[in-house]
Formats: sequence, C-alpha cells, structure tokens
Amino acid sequence: MLGSFPKLLSATVITLKLLSLSLFFGLFIGLLFAILRMNKNPIVNKFAYGYSYVFRGTPLLVQIFIIYFGLGQIEYLRSTFLWMILKEPYWCAIIAFALNTGAYTSEILRSAFQTIKPGLIEAGKSLGISNKVIFYKIQIPIAIKQSLPAYGNEIILMLKGTSLASTVTLMDLTGVAKYIISTTFKPIEVFIVAGGIYLFMTFCVHNLIKFLEKKYGFQT
Amino acid sequence: MELLAFGKTGWGDELFYATLMTLAVSITAMLIGFFFALIFTPLKLSKHKSLNLIGNFYTTVIRGVPELLVIYLFFFGGSGAIMFVASIFGYYEYIEINAFITGSFAIGIISGAYSTEVFRGAIQSIDKGQFEASKVLGIKKHIQFYKIILPQMLRLAIPNLSNVWQITLKDTSLISVTGLVEIMRQSYIAAGSTRDPLFFYSFAAVLYLLLTYLSMKLINKLEVKYSRGF
Repeated sequence: MLGSFPKLLSATVITLKLLSLSLFFGLFIGLLFAILRMNKNPIVNKFAYGYSYVFRGTPLLVQIFIIYFGLGQIEYLRSTFLWMILKEPYWCAIIAFALNTGAYTSEILRSAFQTIKPGLIEAGKSLGISNKVIFYKIQIPIAIKQSLPAYGNEIILMLKGTSLASTVTLMDLTGVAKYIISTTFKPIEVFIVAGGIYLFMTFCVHNLIKFLEKKYGFQT
Repeated sequence: MELLAFGKTGWGDELFYATLMTLAVSITAMLIGFFFALIFTPLKLSKHKSLNLIGNFYTTVIRGVPELLVIYLFFFGGSGAIMFVASIFGYYEYIEINAFITGSFAIGIISGAYSTEVFRGAIQSIDKGQFEASKVLGIKKHIQFYKIILPQMLRLAIPNLSNVWQITLKDTSLISVTGLVEIMRQSYIAAGSTRDPLFFYSFAAVLYLLLTYLSMKLINKLEVKYSRGF
C-alpha cells in the first residue's frame, strides 16, 4: 500500500494540470456566455441558454466521448491543424472539461451579475463614469464577490470531474488508482489513499475560497 | 436513420431498453440514497458530538471523492466484501454480485450524501416555534415528525432534491465502466460495432437531455403541489 503512494502522488500532478487548465479556459468560456446570456438580442440569448442547458443536462462522460471518439470520425477535421489537438486524449479531456465547467460558470456569473443592484450602476452613470469603467470597476468586483461560494463548489465538482479523464486512457489519479486496484486486488487500501489525496485537495480549495471570501467580503 | 431501427437491423430497441435501465438504476439509487439520508440526517442534526462526527464524515468524504473512485471501490471491492461476510457463515464459493446492484448501491451512497445535506438544510430552516408548539400541545415525537415537520420540510426540500435527482441521473452514466448495459454502455457497444461513435454518443446525449427535461417537468408539478398555500 505504501509502495503505491509515490505513483498516486505523481498521478496527482496530472489531475492538477487537468483541473487548472480546464478551469482557466472554462472561466473565459463562462464569462463569454454569461455576457451573451444578458444580451437583449433573443437569438444570441437563446443560443447561450441552449449551450448551458445542453452541457448541464448531459453527463460529462458523454461529452468527453463525443469529443474524443466522435470528432475523430469527421474526415475533414483530420486534415486540419485541429487534428494535432484532437488526437491527444489529454487535450480532448481538457476541451470537454472546459466546455462543461464553462456552462456552469456562465450560470454562476450570470446570476452574480443579475444580483447587482441597478442603483449601483445608475449611480456610476450619473457620476459620469463610462460604461467600460463601470463594468470593470463596479460590476466585476461585485460579481466576483457574489459568485465566490458557488464557484468554489464548481471547482470541487470539476476536481471530481477530472477523474473521468481516466476513461479516455489518461493516467490521472483515478486512472492510476484503478490500475493499482486491478493489479493488486486491494480496493479498500487504494481507495483510502487516493480518496485521501482527493479529500486533501478539496480541503485546500475549500479553505482558499473561504480566505478569498473574507478578502472580498465588502458590503454592497 | 436505419441505425436506429427497431429489430435486428438497428439499435433502436437496444437503446430503448438501455434508457429504461438508466431510469431503473437512477430510481433505485435515489431510493437507496433516501434510505441513507434517513440514517445520516438525524446523525448530522444530533446534539452528540460523536454522532455528529459520523454524519459529517459520511457527507464530507463522499462529496469530496470522485464518483468514479467510489464506483471502482464497489466494483472491485463489493464481491470481496460479500464473500468475506459469507465466509463467516461458512460459505466459501465464489459470489458474483450483479452489476445493477453494485452500481445502484455505489450511486445510491453518493446521492445519499447529497440528499442528507438537502434534508438537513430543510429541517434547519423550519421555524423553531413549530417544534416548540407541537411539544406544548403534547403531540408525540413521531406524529410531530410525520404530520408537522415532514410536510413543511418536503416543500423546502423538493427544489434541491430535483438537483440531486439530476446529479444522480447523470452519475449513472459512470456505471457503464462496470459493464451494466445502460445508455452509455449501449452507445459504446453500438459505436464499436458500427464505427459511428459521433452519431451514437450524440444520440446518447439527446437521450439524457430528454430524461432530464421530462423529469424536470414532472418535478415542477410536484413543487406546485407541495407549495399550496404559500
């Protein structure tokens, strides 16, 4: 059991890489779609709603499989430069995770933007502050503060979601754990170690968010 | 479209049965989850520190560990555990448990952790006066729970339980790794034999969307029913 610990730890690095990259891209996707969701044009609005509905209504596993197994089937894609990315299970997993977390993030950010009191924006306008500055200096800080607890949950969900990368041959923490279980037939011991590592990561994320909540805990 | 034909030429009937299997696993898992919530919610609300700790341990561990890892634990460890129990009673033959039972148990334990949190939140948000008033009126403890607390709790819990249902429904796709033929596994088989993964996985996505959409409609009706008079 102790012998498997270094193997699991080195697999944790892959899990963390998957998590950080997908959260990074997911945040941009989420912000983009949150802004599209608040657009007054019904077509743009519906499109953004449809995106988040589809990605939140289907399992992450299906999304990974469509991207990893499905997209490779399109002959045209194989001839473009995109194939460089799509033939790698690593990038396929990241694309799927980023699109998935982007959908959830867009909902979190949208509700955060919508809870901003209109009075604050009106006050900014009447002071002659430009729309751009209002967005960056008033709306964004308040939205960050409002969305922190929900976004913390999303990070933890995504951390657990990265375990699905093991289904497309990536050896992340869960993948290595499964490999060790199937070779040693010691499921409980491996579960305790791998689960412990995951719990430790969840614990860190939880405390980081708590710290940030305190830091951004201004009154609005 | 001929890929989806019913009968021997297409995959329509197989996918239809697989959808029913997904539904069956989800419902079983949800019920097992309620059972776990029934045990652990009182523990979490208990005034004893040690009981509290057990309840918190369950919800924290299960919600902090990936679903797939829990499923692997049950898949690889389940029959071993059963065989160990059986060996105490003097039965040494190999026992294989059905993938349906392992799968719904694994998902059930996960969904139970979420349900526990939902019930705890719902009970805690019931006004204290309700407990006190029923106590003053001399209503017995179990009648107090069934007639006064439960109806109010359900109203508060249903919206969150519908989230748990969605999570559970989507989690069942992970059982496909154990070989249970539900939507995901059936699509995998179909994609493998027709070499058309794009179509079958997209169709699987549509089936899941349909299931989530229809169940949402149904739950919304329940929500309206239980929030009468508010």
